Amino acid sequence: MSPGSRIVRFRVNGDPVEVGVPEHHTLVEALRYALGLTGTKQGCDKGDCGACTVLVDGRPTLSCILPVHEAEDRDVITVEGLARGVEPHPLQDEFDRHGAAQCGFCTPGILCSAAALLDESPAPTREEIREALSGNLCRCTGYTKIFVAVEAAAARLRSAP
Amino acid sequence: MLRLPRYEYHRPRRLDDALQLLDRHGDEARVVAGGTDLIPNMKHRLFEPGHLVALSAVEELQGIRWDDGVLDVGAAVTLDALSRNPEVRRHASALADAARHVAGPQIRNRATLGGNVCLDTRCTYYNQTEFWRTALGFCLKKDGDTCHVTRVGRKCVAAHSADTPPVLMVLDAEVELRSSKGSRAVPVREWFVADGIHNTRLEAGEILTRIRIPIHPATRCSYRKLRQRQAVDFPLLTVAVGADFASDGRVSEIRGVVTGLGSRPRWLTGWDDLVDGSLDDDVVDALAQRAGAQCRPLENMIVDPEWRRAMVPVEVGRALRTLRSAGPAGASLEA
Ligand SMILES: Cc1cc2nc3c(=O)[nH]c(=O)nc-3n(C[C@H](O)[C@H](O)[C@H](O)COP(=O)(O)OP(=O)(O)OC[C@H]3O[C@@H](n4cnc5c(N)ncnc54)[C@H](O)[C@@H]3O)c2cc1C
Ligand code: SF4
Ligand code: FES
Ligand code: FES
Repeated sequence: MSPGSRIVRFRVNGDPVEVGVPEHHTLVEALRYALGLTGTKQGCDKGDCGACTVLVDGRPTLSCILPVHEAEDRDVITVEGLARGVEPHPLQDEFDRHGAAQCGFCTPGILCSAAALLDESPAPTREEIREALSGNLCRCTGYTKIFVAVEAAAARLRSAP
Repeated sequence: MLRLPRYEYHRPRRLDDALQLLDRHGDEARVVAGGTDLIPNMKHRLFEPGHLVALSAVEELQGIRWDDGVLDVGAAVTLDALSRNPEVRRHASALADAARHVAGPQIRNRATLGGNVCLDTRCTYYNQTEFWRTALGFCLKKDGDTCHVTRVGRKCVAAHSADTPPVLMVLDAEVELRSSKGSRAVPVREWFVADGIHNTRLEAGEILTRIRIPIHPATRCSYRKLRQRQAVDFPLLTVAVGADFASDGRVSEIRGVVTGLGSRPRWLTGWDDLVDGSLDDDVVDALAQRAGAQCRPLENMIVDPEWRRAMVPVEVGRALRTLRSAGPAGASLEA
């Protein structure tokens, strides 16, 4: 271990991991550069856009401004962990069906925010969806298709959880 | 990609250990709570502490207690937890409201009330990358010797931009501070300073531990926020107003705070002689006009200061009208 580095232990998508990272790295840097999980996007890298959103103990969190030490002993879920085996998460499926991803840069973060919402509230109103996604910017879609896709995924999860 | 400067990260479990770390590392150390203000600022090279002392594992800074007419909130309680807490919503819903309007959901999951009360001031010329700031030769607040806002002034006028302090001031809350030498309490009304260098009365080696809010059943409070988008954005203007309502509906002790303009929240003055028991439309208009006359937004934000200036009486008026229709006990639910 080089000086200024440290070993951090946490769980990513259910698996325990142990990574040696520079002391001053953020969670997104550990995910992308130490663990090769490039699904999580590094956008503004300073808390403005939501592209780096992951779930930490189930709560949407901006990984670009989270010192990696704050993930110690926690459960981190990234977009790679949403699918159930080979089956995509219903949100992923409905995003595909409804064209809710265009360039796709915002999509991993939005999927994570939406997944946390559906865990907490199986039948969210449009207003609740807007609120839950209000920290995730999308420059392409205009949001409507995203809202529709989240509603469709919620309906599917209610009928076959 | 915005790299952080190098630092050593400490995550003590006890307040005493945190205070010891601050003493040991002196100027080199900085407290980090949610990090939602400090980490972006460090990425911008506005701060380069060699040691970060994290508060996230310190149990003593957690918890919301309702204790005989006082809401006692740990400094490290997140804004999300604060805004959802049933006691806070019942007894100080304007505070829940203000917390709910900070940034976006992901940030509120980390951001703390203590961090909000200690937030650094903000300015178009300051909250930028080091590269951006180099182009203008920096500014007074950091690394330079001129202020690009006032041009001639020798004093930084970056804007106090935190959402919860105006409500805390109207409700007459106090902050509790601890250092290795002891503890003290400061009313939030006296917490902020604007000497061009410091923004608060926080002293070296101190940690803000709790925020205590006395609740009087006769008091109502409401909160308004002006911003460009309805999420994520810092306030361009934040208003909190409060008053005591007697059982016969008579109004007294009307008070208000506006922030987002200068380097500290502004306690509105000259209101007492305008209120004689009622808060009807004429009174509201007079109060709002008098508030507007005291506020002079500067070009410390990207938006037109004239617009912000024109919005002061509008938002103060809206806040006062909300107060009128608020429920009988505690604060109003929706600003
Ligand atoms: C995109 C974006 C939008 C935002 N929008 C808003 C907004 O609309 N309104 C708003 O008010 N804020 C906003 N913020 C700023 C910030 O998220 C909040 O103010 C938050 O409450 C800060 O709390 P924190 O715990 O993250 O503070 P930190 O970043 O951890 O700390 C902030 C400062 O306070 C000091 N500090 C923190 N806790 C203590 C303590 N207990 N004792 C002593 N010193 C302490 C730190 O040393 C640091 O100087 C925004 C931030 C971002 C990135
Ligand atoms: S008000 Fe002036 S000195 Fe202060 S941050 Fe802005 S430009 Fe710099
Ligand atoms: S990359 Fe984290 S918020 Fe933009
Ligand atoms: S799909 Fe391009 S930013 Fe959202």
